[in-house]
This record gives sequence, structure tokens and C-alpha cells, in this order.
Amino acid sequence: MLKIEQVSKVFYPGTVNEKRALDYVNLEVSDGDFVTVVGSNGSGKSTLFNLIGGTFPVTGGKILLNGTDVTGKPEYKRAFTIGRIFQDPTVGTAAAMSIEDNMITAYKKGMKGLKISLNHVKREMFKNELKQLSMGLEERLKDNVGLLSGGQRQALTLLMTVLSRPKLLLLDEHTAALDPRNAQIVMDLTTQFIKKYQLSALMVTHNMQHAIQYGNRLIMMDEGNIILDLKEEEKKNLTVPKLVEMFKSIKNKEYSSDEDLLS
Amino acid sequence: MIEGIFVDGLIFSIMVLGVLITYRILDFPDLTTDGSFATGAAVATISIVNGLGLFPAILLATLAGAAAGIVTATIHNHLKVPGLLAGILTMTMLYSVNIRILGGRANVPLLRIETLYSRMPEQFSFLSEPWALLVGTLIIVIIVKLILDLFFRTDLGISIGALGSNEQMIVSMGINPRVLKVIGIAVSNGLIALSGGLLAQYQGFADANLGVGMVVQGLAAIMIGEFLFNTNKIFLISLRVIFGAIIYKGLMFFGRYYGYYINLTPSDLKLLTGILVIVSLVIAKTRNAASSADARKKAIKKNLALREHEEKKEIEHA
Ligand SMILES: Nc1ncnc2c1ncn2[C@@H]1O[C@H](COP(=O)(O)OP(=O)(O)OP(=O)(O)O)[C@@H](O)[C@H]1O
Ligand SMILES: [Mg+2]
Repeated sequence: MLKIEQVSKVFYPGTVNEKRALDYVNLEVSDGDFVTVVGSNGSGKSTLFNLIGGTFPVTGGKILLNGTDVTGKPEYKRAFTIGRIFQDPTVGTAAAMSIEDNMITAYKKGMKGLKISLNHVKREMFKNELKQLSMGLEERLKDNVGLLSGGQRQALTLLMTVLSRPKLLLLDEHTAALDPRNAQIVMDLTTQFIKKYQLSALMVTHNMQHAIQYGNRLIMMDEGNIILDLKEEEKKNLTVPKLVEMFKSIKNKEYSSDEDLLS
Repeated sequence: MIEGIFVDGLIFSIMVLGVLITYRILDFPDLTTDGSFATGAAVATISIVNGLGLFPAILLATLAGAAAGIVTATIHNHLKVPGLLAGILTMTMLYSVNIRILGGRANVPLLRIETLYSRMPEQFSFLSEPWALLVGTLIIVIIVKLILDLFFRTDLGISIGALGSNEQMIVSMGINPRVLKVIGIAVSNGLIALSGGLLAQYQGFADANLGVGMVVQGLAAIMIGEFLFNTNKIFLISLRVIFGAIIYKGLMFFGRYYGYYINLTPSDLKLLTGILVIVSLVIAKTRNAASSADARKKAIKKNLALREHEEKKEIEHA
């Protein structure tokens, strides 16, 4: 599905602000993998997603999607395979347009033509899709998306993203901006859709419980490296204290010769 | 007299529809307008003078405007120049181009030659001349409006609207935003040039300076329209623009006509237009905040009512 080889990213190279955000990262994600990604602030999780998605170019390394090298491909071309959802619920939808206009744009990936696809058949279809969200949005097709709450908007973003049939989902703290109730609704929908459409997914979260509970694999990032990669069985037996313990022991090994750690 | 204001306003409204596309729908403040309006007038005039026929003349004018839009979009896309600067560049270059089109002159008359506006009184001979011009112009504007409404209901048109609202979403949907910008800005300047081509025929001459200040006048008309009613439907948005354009022309007419009582001269009108835009911005800002809060409240209310209704149904079921 996804293969990342020796990928690195340096921001502002050659200046005083030089920042190595990713440090020769390797990662392989198989079809159907649901990987949760944890790591402290600034450890490079979003940068990793931005490189996979094509927001900005890599400094070095290669990114392969389904066996094809996409390292030099622009973001909009990778979007045919990748569906991304961000923390900010306003990023995924067009506020100044109605729900149905948003959905028709998302219905099929790629450049649009002079066809009028939005008809009764499509509206019925959209209503049925929206019913899955149980938010009453099926009655509000003509309302502007800007009128929706953050939770409703993020749920709609999720629905639109899967409607456009990506193979890989990149979820960057996509429930972090929502209240606990809406976060749970969106999380439930996420797992439901991943199963239904047999998607592969990478999900960044700061919620350790979620990181353990969801998915079949967990990776931990630190200072631009993947320092932990737990699969299937290893992950099943994981608890939050165990995970914290693992993190500490890795950090200790790294710094065992480093006196600064004690100060 | 009053018919004249309407004809003026209607021709102007096609230009404002173009400005609407860039400023409101695409969120791309485009200054190509001042140049492409005159380009439309110049191309139409020269085509007519050279006997190309009325329909080819107006078509060529529109295409020339679209080409100017493509130049602006390309400068913006490929040199990563801000939209404003790209527009100013094209507009400046167009000034020279327009004089070239006009054969090295800044002004070319359309006298004693058949134009759309000399044809209209013949076409509608059952009407008096001013009314014939008004009806003829109205028909053109209605056709343009309907085509535009239809365009913005197509998948392509909707995605152009989405681009203006959220570029990231367009990229996420696998669409190259640059291509959409080229199309949108081309359509916009096509309309603007069409309007210029009509105005040249109505007033009987093309002038290289015809487009000066058009953008701001267009914005003023859009803002006046936005005071009339709130809507998110393209059919009503374009209608609102046409009303706004006519009202603007009416206001300017009264400014010119009665202005001298308070010592206003025609050269003060640009100042007044600017002030009008500023006042509109201030009012819109306060009103927008109020109305979006209001719309939000309404939506929540509707939602609650819906939920209650469903709960009732469920209870009845049980
Ligand atoms: N566009 C950018 N320009 C410059 N520096 C950046 C940019 N994006 C990220 N960085 C830097 O790269 C490092 C990694 O940032 P990144 O956003 O990937 O962290 P993260 O793991 O997503 O953190 P968080 O949990 O806070 O979201 C940080 O030091 C950040 O300041
Ligand atoms: Mg992040």
C-alpha cells in the first residue's frame, strides 16, 4: 500500500532556524492496516503526513503508493489514492456552499466537467449516506456547511472523504477539536467506514487510550524518528502504563551516556 | 431618460457578473478588469468597423477578454505572483495592446455603421426607440444570466465555487486548483469584455480609457446588491448583482444630475464610488456578523425542532 524509504525533511536548511523534522524514516503499511501514530508535540507526525500527502516535497528519500513512486507528484494527484482529514473541521469542507454542493464535489475525485450531476437520484443517495451520521443532516441538504457545528462538519468531512473512494486515510488528530461526545461519534464512524470500504489508515492521536484501542498497529514517533512499531499481538496486550514504560526505557537507552538527562 | 439608466445599468451588470466571479466566487481579487473591459470595447469596435458582422464581433470581444484572464491566471499560477499583482501586470500591458487593437488611436467612433444598438429599434419596431434598446439589452442580459446560472450548477461550476471557499478541499478531491483558476478568471474577463463590447456599441465609440475604475464600480454594485437580500443560490445571487448594477447606475445618474446643486462635478463620482464601497464594507461587516449568528441560531432551532419531531415519532411507535 504505502512504502516510505529513508525519508527526511529539513525545514529552512542552511539557516539558523534549520530544523530536521524527519530523520531518515522508513515505514511500510500493508493493505488494510490501521496504524495509530503517537508521539509528543513536534515529533514529526504531521510532517510525515504532509510528506505522504504531498503538501511539501521531501528533502530526501522515496515515497511509494501501491508500488508507484509518488515522491515528485503534486498533492492533488496523490489525492486520488489518499483521503486526508485534519484537526480543523473547517479544512475539509467549503463553508460558503450547501451540503449537497459539497457532496457532489466530493462524489468523484478529479477534474469536473460541464455536466449537471446533482439531480434527484443523487440527492436521495446523499440523504441515505447522511443518515449514517445520525445527525439529521439528511434534512439540511441545502443549508450552507458554515452553519454546521464542528462535530457535524467533521462527520461530513469524513463522509465526503470516504465517498470519494480513497485507498488510504491520513487522519491527523481529526477528533481533537471536538467535544468528547462528538469526538466519540466521529471516531465510531471512522472505524465503521474503514471496515465498510476496506481502507488502510494512519491516525495521529494524543489520546493514548484511542491509540491502543483502535487499529491493528501502533507506531510512536520521537524527534523525527519512528522509535516504536507494535503489531497485532504486541498491540493487543498493550495498556497505557506499558506504553509509557516502553517510551521511557527507549529514551533512557538513548540517553544512557548522556549526563544531561540527570540534570 | 430613465430607460437610458436601465440600459446603462444592464450593460454594466454583465461586467459586474464578471467581477462577482473573481471577487466573490473565486475569492481572487482581479484587476485585469480595467484593461479587459476596454479590450472588449476595442475588439468589438474594430471587428464591426472592418465588417466582420455583429455576432462574430461580440464573440471575438468575449474571447479576447477570456484570453486576458488566462494571461493573469497563468502569471499568478506559474510565477507564484499574488493575484493582485498578476492582474495589475495584465491590466497595464492591456493598455498598450488596446491602443494597438484600435489601430494606434485611443478612440475609435462607430458612427453611421450598423451596430447591435442601431439594429434594436428595427428589430423591435413596435416599440419606441429607447424602449427597443431597453428590451434588446434586457434580452441579452437574461441570456447571459441564465447561461451563467447554469454554468455554476454544473459539476465544474460548483467546484469553482468550492475553490473560492476552500482551496484545500479542491486539492483533496484530486482537482488541480490552477486549472480551475484559469477557467474561472477566463469566464470572468470574458463577461467583462462582452460588457465592454456592448457599451462601445451603445455609446458609439471605443476608448482605451473606458475601463478605468471599473473594478471599484463593480464592487460597489455587488455590495449594493448584497443589501437587497441574503441568499446562497446562484440564481438569486446573479439577480441581486443585476439589481445592484442598475441601482448603482441610478445613483451615479442622480449624482451627476443633481450633484451640481451641492457643487459636485462628474470627476467627483469616483470618490463617491469609493466612499460608497467603504461604507458598504463597514455596514456589511457589522451586518454579516449579526446575520451569520442569526443564521446559525435559525439552523439550530430547525435542527432541534427536527429532533423533537423524531423523538415524538419514536414515542408514538413505542
Ligand atoms: N511548515 C513548517 N515550516 C517550518 N517548520 C515546520 C513546519 N512544519 C513543521 N515544522 C517543524 O517540524 C517539527 C515537527 O512538527 P510536526 O508538526 O510534524 O509535529 P507533530 O508531531 O505533528 O506535533 P503536534 O503533536 O504538536 O501536532 C516541529 O519542530 C515544527 O516546528
Ligand atoms: Mg501535528
